[in-house]
Amino acid sequence: MKSFTYERPSSPAEAAAAVARTPNAKFIAGGTNLLDLMKLQIETPAHLVDVNALGLDTIEPTPEGGLRVGALVRNTDLAADARVRKDYGVLSRALLAGASGQLRNKATTAGNLLQRTRCPYFYDTAQACNKRQPGSGCSALDGISRQLAVIGASEACIATHPGDMAVAMRVLDATVETVDAKGGTRKIAIADFHRLPGDTPQIETALKPGDLITAVTLPKPLGGTHIYRKVRDRASYAYALVSVAAVVQPDGSGRVAFGGVAPKPWRVEAAETDMARGAKAVTDKAFAGAKPTHENAYKLKLAERTLMAAITEARA
Amino acid sequence: MKFDTPATQNPIDQLKVVGKPTDRIDGKYKTTGTAPFAYERHDVAANQAYGYVIGAGIAKGRIRAMQVDEAKRAPGVLAIVTTLDTPRLERGTMNTAYLFGGDQVQHYHQAIAVVVAETFEEARAASFLVGVDYAPEAGKFDLAAEARGAKPVPGDSGEGSGGNGEERVGDFEGAFAKAPVTVDATYTTADESHAMMEPHATVAAWDGDKVTLWTSNQMIAWGHGSVAKILGIPKENVRIDSPFVGGGFGGKLFVRADAVLAALGAKAAGRPVKVALTRPLIANNTTHRPATIQRVRIGATKDGTITAIAHESTSGNLPDGDPETAVSQTKLLYAGANRLAAMKLALLDLPEGNAMRAPGEAPGLMVLEAAMDEMAEKLGLDPVEFRVRNDTQVDPHAPDRRFSHRDLVGCLKLGAEKFGWAKRSAKPGTVRDGQWLVGVGVASAFRNNMVMKSGARVRLDEQGTVTVETDMTDIGTGTYTIIAQTAAEMMGVPLEKVVVRLGDSSFPASAGSGGQWGANSSTSGVYAACMKLREAVAQRLGINSADAVFEDGHVRSGNRAVPLGDAAQGGLTVEDTIEFGDLSKTYQQSTFGAHFVEVGVDVHTAEIRVRRMLAVCAAGRILNPKSARSQVIGGMTMGTGAALMEELVVDTERGFFANHDLAGYEVPVHADIPHQEVIFLDEVDPISSPMKAKGVGELGICGVGAAVANAVYNATGIRVRDYPITLDKLLDHMPEAA
Repeated sequence: MKSFTYERPSSPAEAAAAVARTPNAKFIAGGTNLLDLMKLQIETPAHLVDVNALGLDTIEPTPEGGLRVGALVRNTDLAADARVRKDYGVLSRALLAGASGQLRNKATTAGNLLQRTRCPYFYDTAQACNKRQPGSGCSALDGISRQLAVIGASEACIATHPGDMAVAMRVLDATVETVDAKGGTRKIAIADFHRLPGDTPQIETALKPGDLITAVTLPKPLGGTHIYRKVRDRASYAYALVSVAAVVQPDGSGRVAFGGVAPKPWRVEAAETDMARGAKAVTDKAFAGAKPTHENAYKLKLAERTLMAAITEARA
Repeated sequence: MKFDTPATQNPIDQLKVVGKPTDRIDGKYKTTGTAPFAYERHDVAANQAYGYVIGAGIAKGRIRAMQVDEAKRAPGVLAIVTTLDTPRLERGTMNTAYLFGGDQVQHYHQAIAVVVAETFEEARAASFLVGVDYAPEAGKFDLAAEARGAKPVPGDSGEGSGGNGEERVGDFEGAFAKAPVTVDATYTTADESHAMMEPHATVAAWDGDKVTLWTSNQMIAWGHGSVAKILGIPKENVRIDSPFVGGGFGGKLFVRADAVLAALGAKAAGRPVKVALTRPLIANNTTHRPATIQRVRIGATKDGTITAIAHESTSGNLPDGDPETAVSQTKLLYAGANRLAAMKLALLDLPEGNAMRAPGEAPGLMVLEAAMDEMAEKLGLDPVEFRVRNDTQVDPHAPDRRFSHRDLVGCLKLGAEKFGWAKRSAKPGTVRDGQWLVGVGVASAFRNNMVMKSGARVRLDEQGTVTVETDMTDIGTGTYTIIAQTAAEMMGVPLEKVVVRLGDSSFPASAGSGGQWGANSSTSGVYAACMKLREAVAQRLGINSADAVFEDGHVRSGNRAVPLGDAAQGGLTVEDTIEFGDLSKTYQQSTFGAHFVEVGVDVHTAEIRVRRMLAVCAAGRILNPKSARSQVIGGMTMGTGAALMEELVVDTERGFFANHDLAGYEVPVHADIPHQEVIFLDEVDPISSPMKAKGVGELGICGVGAAVANAVYNATGIRVRDYPITLDKLLDHMPEAA
C-alpha cells in the first residue's frame, strides 16, 4: 500500500470537488474491495476522500412509485428493506447471494457497482493486464479463463464484472444518479453505466473523474416473480460462474439479465421477447456473437440451463 | 523404553481419563485470542521490526540485477536482503527447492528478497520499489505433456507411503488378459494447496551468534537441524519455539522462507524481525500436493474375486523432488494374486510438490476407490459387497506379514447399516428429490499407521502437579489434551494437575506432527516417561513399584496412601523416549474406515452439493473421541474439497498457479458441508504401541473423495475421471431437464 492522504468531507458536492481537485484521488466508502486492491498495489490512490459522513444512507419512495436508494445504503440494509423484499425481490436475493454477512454490512450500494474484476491476472502485479496496466497485454487470453467473459469482451480484456447486485439492477432498469464538482447532476441508465472494454479496459464505467454516485433509483415495481439464481462451485462465498436475474410475469413474458458472463451485467432486451418460448430461445439471441475460450465455453450451456431453472422456478 | 513386544495390561487400560471425550485444554486460549501464535508473539523480543518477502515474478531463469536504492530510501526501511547478496543457502530436511540465495529462479514466487522496516505497511510499500531484471528461461509446466517422458522412480512420502518405481507380484498382464471382467480407467487429480488458516510465520531474534525462532512448524527436531544447516551455524546456536500452529496439513513439516528470511532480516537489521508469508505466496512459494495422472486396471472373475490389480501413477516435481506416492495403498487394500504398482516422475518447473495430508493415499484412493466402483457396477455387485469379498488379512505383496489388526469389513458393514445403504438404487440417475438428482457412494478408507521414536520429560512437584515437556506440536489436532490425558491416567491425577508444554526445541525430541503418527507416538513417549516417574516415585516412597497404585493424587500400597507430591521433595524430573522395534516390520500396521456419502446434483445446473456423510473408522484405541472426531470430519471436509473444487490452476504458459488466493482457490465453506457422522469401532491394537492406539488424523481424508465421486455417478450416471468434479465437466452429459 502506498502512502496516501485522507479527508472526510460532509457534503456530496464537497466530496466531488475534493476528488476533482486532487490528482489520483479516489472515493472510499465500505472499502471492501478498494483496500484489498491497495494492499496489493493494484490501486494506488494518492488521496482518499471518505464519503461515509455524507448521509446518502436512506431509501426513499420516488414520485414515480419507485425507490431511491442512497449511495451509502449498506448491502445488508438494502437486502433487508421491506419494500425491496416485497417489490424488488430479485435485488434482495442478488445482494444476499454475494460476499459474506460481514462484507455486506460494510459494502455500499455505490461501491458494489464499482467493484473490480476478479481475473487472476488483474490480481498478480507480475503479470500482463491491460486493465491494471494499460498496454501491457492480456495474460488471460491464452491463460486461465474458466471464470472469465464469453461475450462483450475484447482482444484487450476478457475480464468479467464480478457482482450480483448490478445484475439485478440491470434487470430492473435502475438509474444511477451522480453529482460532479460543480454541483451538476446526471442520471445514467444502468445499461449505460458499465462500459465494454474495447481497447480501453481500464475505463470501466461512464463516470467522469470526480463524479460521485449519490443514489440508485429503481422504477416502479414490475410485479411478476423475482428470481436470482447464482451458480458457483461452492455453496457460498464465491463469484458467479453464471447468474441469472429474472422477473417472470404470469403470462410467461419477462426480463432477464446474466451475471458472470461479460464485462457488465448482460441483458439483451430483444431476446426477452422469446421468454415465453423458453430458455434456449432467449439465450440463443442473448449470446449471439459470443466468443468463449475453450475453458469457459461451458458458460453458454450453463446460462441456458440456469435460465431454464429460473423459469421452472417461476412457474412452480 | 523399547517397545518390541505387543502391549499387555498397563495403566492406560484403566481408561479413567484416556478415551474420554474431554474438551481441549487449550481451547480457552484459542477462543479468547490468548494462544500465542507465531506472528502475535510481541512479548518474546523487544523492538520487533517487520519483514516482507518478495517472490520471483518469473517461473524459471536467472536474476541479472536488482535495484534496491529507492526501496532503501523509502520511509521506515531498515534493511533489504536480496538473493543476489546471499550465496545459495543449503536446503533443510525434505526441502526440494532452494529457499533463498543465488541468482537462479527455480519456480514462481521463489523468495528473492526480504524488505525489513519499522512497520509492516512500510516494508510492503518499499517492496514494490525493488526492481528486478530477469533473464527468463523456458520451463516445463504441463504434466500431461511431460508425462510421456516420465521415468519410473522409487519414492517415499516421508509419511508412511512409498516404494520402488515398480513392484510386481505374479503375472499381472497375463492375469488381466485372462480376466473375464476388467476395468481400465485413467483418472487425474489436481495440484492442491494446504491453504491453512495461519500462514507460515516467524519471529527471529539474534543474541550474538545464537538465534531463536518463534515460528509455526509441525516438526521441531527437523526444523532445528534444518535451520542450523540452512544458516550454516551449529545446532546449539538455534532454538525453535512453536507452541501453537494454526493448521499445517504437511505444509509446515519443513522450514520455509519465512523462517530463513526472518533470521537473515534480523541479522541485517540488527533487530528482531517478524515475517509472515502473504496469502499469495502460500500457493507458489511454499509446497503443494502434486497433481497426478493415474491408471488403474482391475481384473476379476465373474463372482467378483480380484485376480489382477494394477495401479500406476505419474506426477511431476522439481529436480531432486519425490513422486506423489499414490499407488501405495493399492499394494495393501485388497487381495489378488497378480499385482503391479508403479510410480513415474516427470520433471516440472512448477513450485515444489511435497507432503499434504495423507500424501499418496489421499489422491491414490480418489482413483482406486472410484475404479472399484466402476468394477462393482460391471460385475453387477453391490460396491460394499465387492469390497468385502476382496478383503485380505495379510500383506498381498508379502503374505507372511499379517495386519496387526484389520477390520475394514466391520467398517463397511456397520456403515452400510447405519447409512441405510440397502435403500440405494443401483441404477444411476433414477432418484429425484425436487430439483436434485440424488445419489449415494461408498469408498474404503485406508492409511498406514506409522510409529516414530518420541521423547518426553516429566516433572513432579510437591503439590502433586505433573508437568510434561516435549517438542511435540499441536497443530490444531488436540495434542495438548491427549498428552495431558495420558499423564493424568499414568500418574493417577486429575487433568487439572497436569501441565503440558510443547513445541520448544529445548525439550526432548518427539515424533512431531506428521503422517498421522503424532498422537500415538507422542503419547507413547509420555507413557514411557511416566513409567519411569512411577518407578522413581515408588523408590522415593520406599514402595515396591509393582504394588504401587497411582490414583486420586495418591500413591497407595496396601493400607498406606501417600500424596503423590510427597515424593517430589526437592523436585523429581525424569525423561524417557519410546523407541519402536520391529513390530511395524513383522506386522503391517494400518488404519481402516468406510466412507458413505449422499450428494444432490442440480438437474439444471449440475451443481453438486453434499447432503450426508458418514465415516466408520477402525484405528485402534481412540484416545479422545471428541478431538479424534474433529480430525476425521476435518479430513472428510478436506476430501470433499479435493473431490469437488480444490485445484491450483496451472498456467502452463507462464508456469505458475494462477489462483493464488482464497477467493480463487476455493475450499469448502460451512454451507457446503452437511451433518457429518463419525463412528469409531471399539478396538485396541496392542501391536502398535503401549497406548494400543493408531493414527487417525489423516484417515478421514482417505477415500472420501472417491465416495463423493461415486455418489455423483450414482446420482447422474456420469463418471468424471478428472478431479475436481466441477459442474462444467458434467454439463454436456446431463439429462435434458424438464
